[in-house]
Amino acid sequence: MLLEKLSNAISPAGYEGEVRNIIIEEIKPYVDELFVDRMGNIIAHKKGKGKRVLVDAHMDEVGFIIIGYNDDGTLRFTSLGGVNDKIPPCKVLYVGNNKIKGVVGLKPIHLQSQEDRKKGINYEGLCIDIGAKDRNEAEKYVEIGDYAVFDTKFGYFGENKVKGKALDDRIGCFILIEALKENYSCDFYAAFNIQEETGRRGALGSSFRIDPEIGIALEGTVCADMPNVPEHISGTYLGRGPAISIMDGTSIYDVSLREEIEKTAKLSNIPYQNRRAAAGGNDAGSMHGVKEGCRVAAISVPSRYIHSSVSVASISDIDNGKKLLIKFLQGIA
Amino acid sequence: MEEKEFLKKLTSSFSPSGREDYLYEEIKKVFEPYGEVSISNINNIYVKRKGSGKNKIMIMAHLDEVALIITDFSKDGFLKFKGIGIDPKTLVSQEVIINGKEDISGVIGIKPPHLMNEEEKDKAVTFQSLLIDTGLSTEKVKENISIGTFAYVKRDFTELLNNNVACKSADDKAGVVAMFSCAKGLEGKDLKTNVYFVLSAQEEVGHRGAKSAAYEINPDIGIAIDVTFDSGKFGADDRENKLGAGPSVCIGPNCHVKLRKMIIETAKECNIPYQVEVEPGNTGTDAWDIQIAREGIPTLLISIPEKYMHTSVEVIAIDDIKNTGLLLAKFIEKLDNMSLEEVLCF
Repeated sequence: MLLEKLSNAISPAGYEGEVRNIIIEEIKPYVDELFVDRMGNIIAHKKGKGKRVLVDAHMDEVGFIIIGYNDDGTLRFTSLGGVNDKIPPCKVLYVGNNKIKGVVGLKPIHLQSQEDRKKGINYEGLCIDIGAKDRNEAEKYVEIGDYAVFDTKFGYFGENKVKGKALDDRIGCFILIEALKENYSCDFYAAFNIQEETGRRGALGSSFRIDPEIGIALEGTVCADMPNVPEHISGTYLGRGPAISIMDGTSIYDVSLREEIEKTAKLSNIPYQNRRAAAGGNDAGSMHGVKEGCRVAAISVPSRYIHSSVSVASISDIDNGKKLLIKFLQGIA
Repeated sequence: MEEKEFLKKLTSSFSPSGREDYLYEEIKKVFEPYGEVSISNINNIYVKRKGSGKNKIMIMAHLDEVALIITDFSKDGFLKFKGIGIDPKTLVSQEVIINGKEDISGVIGIKPPHLMNEEEKDKAVTFQSLLIDTGLSTEKVKENISIGTFAYVKRDFTELLNNNVACKSADDKAGVVAMFSCAKGLEGKDLKTNVYFVLSAQEEVGHRGAKSAAYEINPDIGIAIDVTFDSGKFGADDRENKLGAGPSVCIGPNCHVKLRKMIIETAKECNIPYQVEVEPGNTGTDAWDIQIAREGIPTLLISIPEKYMHTSVEVIAIDDIKNTGLLLAKFIEKLDNMSLEEVLCF
């Protein structure tokens, strides 16, 4: 399954190669033009006579980077993109291109003081253990600057759901790949961008090059619909359809474009919801800021626990997100 | 079977305190070639290797493991839960298996960081703030899961450098594997001593299985095999234990002085690597209860160094497990040729 392949691929910000190769193989038969720009973004073009539309999804995921060695052979590390410091303990990671396995340990509860038990965790206090005897041995297997990624495996979950790592934004990549398999009258550019997680940086180059009239970001977005979070701050709900953004930390979305997308959803009987959060950001923030700027929208699939080792999303939301994008693009003359 | 394979099998299965019987059939299959296998009223599993004489030695490692337990149903198929011997900090963003009528997958998530207030960001998570997401409707959940159902963190057995492995419940399934290694080592040997291997129940909630096993078997000598803290970054800095440097022989009032000297001599004679650790009082292991069973039992504690105890990524060296098994087998053989009075008199 394509989404499974994308979710399991190891491609933290700045090291997107694995996902890039999967996408290129997948979309090759369906596009008129295909190249990788000098930043590492994939640009694909399906020629059309209508408006120039750029749809974007980012290939990178949050992960970690090795910054040093401890004398006991463990590795010091920090996050690559935003991973809250409560997340890393007691996970298995793949380190570097050779996928050396390591674990992030924690002081046994028996040895923790009362204060330790109450205190949060920070990266300075954590390390990755690859089983090396000492610093010398660790240096043979891992270099400073090597990345690390969770070992989570994609799978079906509960009723009509999937779980896996990097659903933000491999779901976006999946939808964009599927959309490229259909036909349109608009001049359709797809950008699979690098480094969204470290500041939406890949999207700057790809949108500067394409200079679109309309820009659409596809995302896996925050969904805090758990029973222990007050409803008004949940952002989105799982299973209620793709979320259409109003504003976030990097964009105020074009009102008429948003209304057109909502109208498309209604006409096609596709469930949707508005993203009821103003925090966060995505590549649309880069897209509308280059050159003269363009009208932007964001269509997102709600994903519980993004930026962690395992996220959960609804299969019907993914499917409806795909349908909504395709219908909307087909409606653009 | 190889030690690593057996450890993988045991740590991929689940035996929370009180439900050690889950693994009885599996244990029976593995230990049957080496002795007579039975299970007691409180789920201690005994493997009796008969000798030609009267003396009895009991080797014990606990089969139970720390676990999660479902305490309530929340909305939308989410579950409230508590830990038995588990730090909630180790549970954030973990996949779990809920041990219902059928195994149900779950995910323990936390709310996104941008929704946490400053206090939540700085403080450790608590069980109250965590839920298990099943992705199912509450109705569906209730078909399979009830209050009191156990759960555990799902973790693939992970091989690290230097024949180290990371897994859940190496505490104390590593000890069980060491006993297996010992049983293999004694196979075909003509022993006078009766050897009782005990896979004890309920160690994690207060070494309760040890008490009844020691009573029931009434051995002349008892040896507990457990895991101990290493001395590394997240270990105990008051110890000298290192992974891969051999079993750690405990020194302190819980351990019989002459027996301890004898087992160290055995290690030296047979060139088995070993280390020592000091425990001035309660060892917090089965050994503590074995020692005071009935009229009192001369006891030893041999421990396998472990990193990150009671987490889902406990790290242990396979070589230490093998050397523990080897040391036990050699010690039993040595004992066989001595009179107990000689060994145990003060």
